[in-house]
Amino acid sequence: MNRYLIGRIGQALLVLWGAYTVTYFILYLLPGDTLAIMLSASGMEADGLSPEDLAKARAYYGLDKGIFEQYFDLLWRALHGDLGQSLSLNRPVTALLAERLPQTLSLAGLAIVLSLLGGIGLAYLTAYLQWRPLKVALARLPSLGFSVPVFWMGLLLIQVFAFGLGWFPATGSQGLASLVLPAVTLAIPSAAVYAQVLQRGFQGVWQEPYIATAYAKGLSRAQVQARHALRNAALPILTLVGLQVGNTVSGAVLVETIFSRNGVGRLAQEAVLRQDIPVVLAIVAVSAAAFVLVNLIVDLLYPYLDPRITHAAKVTRA
Amino acid sequence: MTTATRPHTTQAAASAWKRRSRLQRFSQALSPLLRRPGFSLALLVVLFALAAALVPHGLTSFDPYATSPAEKLRAPDALHWFGTDELGRDLYTRVVYGASLSVQAALLAVGIALAGGLGLGVLAGFAGGRTDAAIMRLIDVLLALPGLLLALAIVTAIGFGTVPVAIAVGVGIIPGFARTTRAEVLRVKTLPYVEAARLGGASWARTLLRHVLPNAWGPVAVLATLDFGAAILATAGLSFLGFGAAPPAAEWGTLIANGRHFLITAPWVSLLPGLFVVAVVFSLNHLARTFEENAR
Repeated sequence: MNRYLIGRIGQALLVLWGAYTVTYFILYLLPGDTLAIMLSASGMEADGLSPEDLAKARAYYGLDKGIFEQYFDLLWRALHGDLGQSLSLNRPVTALLAERLPQTLSLAGLAIVLSLLGGIGLAYLTAYLQWRPLKVALARLPSLGFSVPVFWMGLLLIQVFAFGLGWFPATGSQGLASLVLPAVTLAIPSAAVYAQVLQRGFQGVWQEPYIATAYAKGLSRAQVQARHALRNAALPILTLVGLQVGNTVSGAVLVETIFSRNGVGRLAQEAVLRQDIPVVLAIVAVSAAAFVLVNLIVDLLYPYLDPRITHAAKVTRA
Repeated sequence: MTTATRPHTTQAAASAWKRRSRLQRFSQALSPLLRRPGFSLALLVVLFALAAALVPHGLTSFDPYATSPAEKLRAPDALHWFGTDELGRDLYTRVVYGASLSVQAALLAVGIALAGGLGLGVLAGFAGGRTDAAIMRLIDVLLALPGLLLALAIVTAIGFGTVPVAIAVGVGIIPGFARTTRAEVLRVKTLPYVEAARLGGASWARTLLRHVLPNAWGPVAVLATLDFGAAILATAGLSFLGFGAAPPAAEWGTLIANGRHFLITAPWVSLLPGLFVVAVVFSLNHLARTFEENAR
């Protein structure tokens, strides 16, 4: 178990390093002229500067060194918690992130909880209902759920619940009430994925012999579904929760822009609009870290939730 | 459904057996599907979107850029099906013309993902060993980067516009294609007919093109249909954030984004184009799901 743990953590760190490296090379090598982008991001025109000033600016941004030297320099500083300076806001990126992260974390956390409740609830209802037309309609609902653009869903919810009914504020980041609409918007695509997988899971589980055994014991349909079917059908959901973290982060960029919330997602949108390279790199790295961390936790949780899975080899060699 | 087709096949077997042409086989597979109303409707919506992308002027008589301030923010009626926007432009026409940008962007994105993903997947599945391990680690890394954020990083680097957005989205969906292709190639590679082809003296390239790829194609095609919808959503998302085509040209995402300033007074300006996007993507998902169910 211990060896597995160390190996798994090592793998996670390796993936994280790879993600940082890939993003670094996209952001610093792909543009024809990184200096021009950085200068325009900090509000200067590259054309208006003399060659000496350009050389000075190049040295200031650390672009005069070799590619790998720059890369190792950035990586070394990132490992020490220094993610560089924002070009357009003239503040350390770490401070910006620290200021905006709580907003996004509470939004994403509530969204994940809501998506699990919604997805599992929908699939449970679909499996429990006996009336055929409603069952079919509910089974089609998830695929509608991930066909809807997140930003359009947000606008629709604003139109109905903020402007139409006046239940929740349309925008803003103050208080719990302002969190409801964004979280619901963000939860819908993930909930659709969970519901679809769980619906298929239920279909498979009903054929299993232990369901017949449970009925034979004299349990009712409701009891069989709650005690035997759900627990077995729900296992794949755990892996999906890990994988959906990426989608939640992606969705947060759109949702925070629509609901004008001061989170990391909105920061990402603004940073890309101003081509603020250090901020974009930091946000991508942090979200990759979140993805890797959540998936690591999910992997380590599995043996506790499903005793059939063990990471240590049980069979001794003959 | 199998019971419905059975009498037909026995009848065909009774007459002298003839090799069916590709078209015949295709139409025979399609005809039971077309009898399902949901499938036909979905196909119709997708075909409409493709037609709008190819010949937008054939589907509407208005000019997408002609402004008429007297008619601004009109609610939908018989003349203006989707109403008009803040400059009096016919919204239905804008959606139809927006289709050409959005659908082309999505096609480009899926094309890039198919080329890159098929290439990497076939290479990994066929080469095996170290090459396989190296490629799969790269795919793991790309999967750890949230799709939209990877696209945002690429857009930051290569600039804004429809084509950069399409490239960014395409690169973002490469990993999924590579994984599916690799899994299929690995499955097909071990089948007896591949071995037979090799023993028959076919080169690796010929085996790959004539025997492995045609049989590994199915799941990849389903994924391509699904990802076509996902690419439409992703490009719409990026253009909604303001990184897409420059005005007055409008993609679907831009149309929805513009409309949100008039949400209180004229909700249709952003909600109706969005509804159209939902219809197209939902239809694509429905088609992909039907193909998937039928392949099994």
